[in-house]
Amino acid sequence: MSITMDVSAPATSGVARATSGDVHADGRAQEVNNCVLEMRGISKTFPGVKALDDISLKLYPGSVTALIGENGAGKSTLVKILTGVYQFDQGEIFLEGKSQRFVSALDATNAGVTAIHQETVLFDELSVAENIFLGQEPRTRLGFIDWPTMEANAAAVLKKIDADMSPKTILKDLTIGHKHMVAIARALSTDARIVIMDEPTAALSSKEAEELYELVDWLKSEGKSILFISHKFEDVFRIADRYTVFRDGQLVGAGLLADVERPDLVKMMVGRAVDRAFPKNNTPGTDVVMKVDNYCHPTEFDSISFELKRGEILGVYGLVGAGRTEVAQALFGATTPSNGTLELEGEAVEIRSFDQAISKGLVYVPEDRGKQGVTLEMSIAENIGMASLKPTSKKGFLDLAREFEMARKYADRLDLRAAALDQPVGSLSGGNQQKVVIGKWLATLPKVIILDEPTKGIDIGSKAAVHGFMSELAEEGLSVMMISSELPEILGMSDRILVMRDGLIVGEFDRADATPEKLVNLATGNTQ
Amino acid sequence: MSIAFSNVRRRGAEIPNKLEMTMMGRLARWETLLVCVVALVFFLNTIASPYFLDVWNLSDATYNFIEKAIIAFAVALVIISGEIDLSVAANIALSSTIMGAVATAGYDTPIIVGAGLLTSLACGAFNGFLVAKVGLHSIIVTIATMSLFRGISYIILGDTVYKNYPDSFAWFGQGYLFDAFTVEMAFFIVIAVFFWMLLHKTVFGRQVYVIGNNKTCAAFSGIKVQRVKFSLFLLSGLASGVAAVLLTSRLGSTRPSIALGWELEVVTMVVLGGVSILGGSGTILGVILASVLMGLVTFGLGLLNVPGIVMTIFTGCLLIAVIVLPRITKLIMSHSKKTK
Repeated sequence: MSITMDVSAPATSGVARATSGDVHADGRAQEVNNCVLEMRGISKTFPGVKALDDISLKLYPGSVTALIGENGAGKSTLVKILTGVYQFDQGEIFLEGKSQRFVSALDATNAGVTAIHQETVLFDELSVAENIFLGQEPRTRLGFIDWPTMEANAAAVLKKIDADMSPKTILKDLTIGHKHMVAIARALSTDARIVIMDEPTAALSSKEAEELYELVDWLKSEGKSILFISHKFEDVFRIADRYTVFRDGQLVGAGLLADVERPDLVKMMVGRAVDRAFPKNNTPGTDVVMKVDNYCHPTEFDSISFELKRGEILGVYGLVGAGRTEVAQALFGATTPSNGTLELEGEAVEIRSFDQAISKGLVYVPEDRGKQGVTLEMSIAENIGMASLKPTSKKGFLDLAREFEMARKYADRLDLRAAALDQPVGSLSGGNQQKVVIGKWLATLPKVIILDEPTKGIDIGSKAAVHGFMSELAEEGLSVMMISSELPEILGMSDRILVMRDGLIVGEFDRADATPEKLVNLATGNTQ
Repeated sequence: MSIAFSNVRRRGAEIPNKLEMTMMGRLARWETLLVCVVALVFFLNTIASPYFLDVWNLSDATYNFIEKAIIAFAVALVIISGEIDLSVAANIALSSTIMGAVATAGYDTPIIVGAGLLTSLACGAFNGFLVAKVGLHSIIVTIATMSLFRGISYIILGDTVYKNYPDSFAWFGQGYLFDAFTVEMAFFIVIAVFFWMLLHKTVFGRQVYVIGNNKTCAAFSGIKVQRVKFSLFLLSGLASGVAAVLLTSRLGSTRPSIALGWELEVVTMVVLGGVSILGGSGTILGVILASVLMGLVTFGLGLLNVPGIVMTIFTGCLLIAVIVLPRITKLIMSHSKKTK
């Protein structure tokens, strides 16, 4: 069964308006409307999961289409099909009316499709110019790379998007925001007609995000078709013209953004109305579980002192690069502080390795989930059991039954969605992967859990679930330290809030005293 | 190849342990392919030579692969953990040389074996120290120690030979158990079971897989990555030692060129066995099958009087063929799907 939802073309184009009705009536009607790219009835199946089920989508020139959906809704799969990474099983893609199949990434690039990913796929060790022209470097007659031309061309493209950087800069020296600009410059250099942006603002500060919006506006004015994928409704309402909503691999809605209200979109996305109030039922105890005194690091942070009480959620707010992650990782034993002491339940401890931290009951859910949190190739059960191999094994031998039992217990507790416990974690959505990581740490029965950006890049449903069990865990007496850059999350979940800036703790608030303005002013150093 | 697809995502406690799979899905494994190829080679050998299907000949055939297979098990673990050990053959040379020296000095079999195993362990520990503690790349470390170990053995032996082994030493490589099994065969079975248990049934084995797939995550999960890697190099050292004892005992002599080039055959066996050269996946069963396969091929060719040089060409082609086969099948299948 095909749901072909057509989004009528902008009112400025009379021709498109007249013809869009035909398409509506008959999916096979002549392609005379002005959509650049159309996907019809696309399906894609992976072992155990139907990732896309009869999806349709249209992109128009000079227009931003927002693709909205929870994690696991099939957005990333769609992007990979459009960029030639995956092959679809059924359906058709029309590029300017002609049926097209992208067999490789090069195919997609040649057809004018380019993608800018959440974690940009650029090369850190190469220069800006090399990144922009990778694979299409201008050559001299002898076949060598023509560096002067390449750098001049790069400078020209960068100037076009108003990016203030030298083409010779090595990419790793740039901020994430600037890397996005390089990715966009790359997109422009290939003369892309269709630009896919996969959660480009996920790692950006609000100022960087604003710069990105301006770029998107500019791309729009150049007549590009943009597919913009984001979890953030601010993004969507700020820059998109149209929306398409996926849920569980199916198309549930599409239309002009002007015709829709925010709550309706959320409803479409999750299939139910989400209560945005944060679940918060814990009350912090009085005894101090963790006491950090004067923790210092030669370069990253200085004189960090704070206490964490039993059953308390301590929020740590700050901008990216304020030193929050570094403090957390030093506590967990990844780096050695140059000075300072740590007490756990009144006992002085020295943590110099991860396994020491774990055995003392202090665990850390890292921000970089794919690299530090989960082993994508291994199963859910193996991942959940990874840090508790000692208690689940007998004399060094694995006890798989016990491991499955434990995995099931935490899968249940964290409301995990999966086909089977022996499914590789890599086949789960981001939100469910995060549940696996948290499950892994809860299985070690910790006293203190440090969550580093626990809801970064995960969908609203999973977010609510993470917040829900965070509160539950604190209620049961676990002490939670939550690092987050999201103000609503910090304000909604924390009992107490620390603000960090430039490696220092610059403020501490009780739940009742904290306001968004105070936190932002402190974190950014804005004194007014 | 049909693997059951399920659109159902269950939640929480309702998630089953294992994904339902069809027979075909369960059989679609590397090991199945290897079993088929082994059967095919066995069949071809039977046709090609009337001497092949003889219990004594077949028993002899096992010498072709057992010593290498013993090392291959250990190297498989090293490769699964994302490292590599290319110094195993040189380790045999050095251990064998030390054994020869000890034997020449007049010591008895237990001391000789002990000296050989200790030497191999020391070599493994040296590799392990450089890789795990100092943090150097294993490929560079073991290429260096490959020259180092064999170099020492050349210095000690020059162009002379050690062959003063006591008669009792010959038991390892030439003896029989219950008049049916070769002693080497017994070693092979025990060691294969040991490695199978170690990799698939123990916490250590699990840690090897985790490290091979994602060593950052392994470290963040409290796994002592360095310690595991060090142990793996000890283990591959020790396996080389055992192989050195068996090989030296079988040959009855030691030259510095003993087991020359074996490291490549060992790696071939491991890769043929389905172990990913990038680390993270592979099974002991695969390595066993691959070793049997290579043994059968070289033995069969030997019966047909094919010279050694041609044999290496053959093994090279076999490796390429077996690795390319699944990809070609996949290509053909996707092509036929497209044309339908």
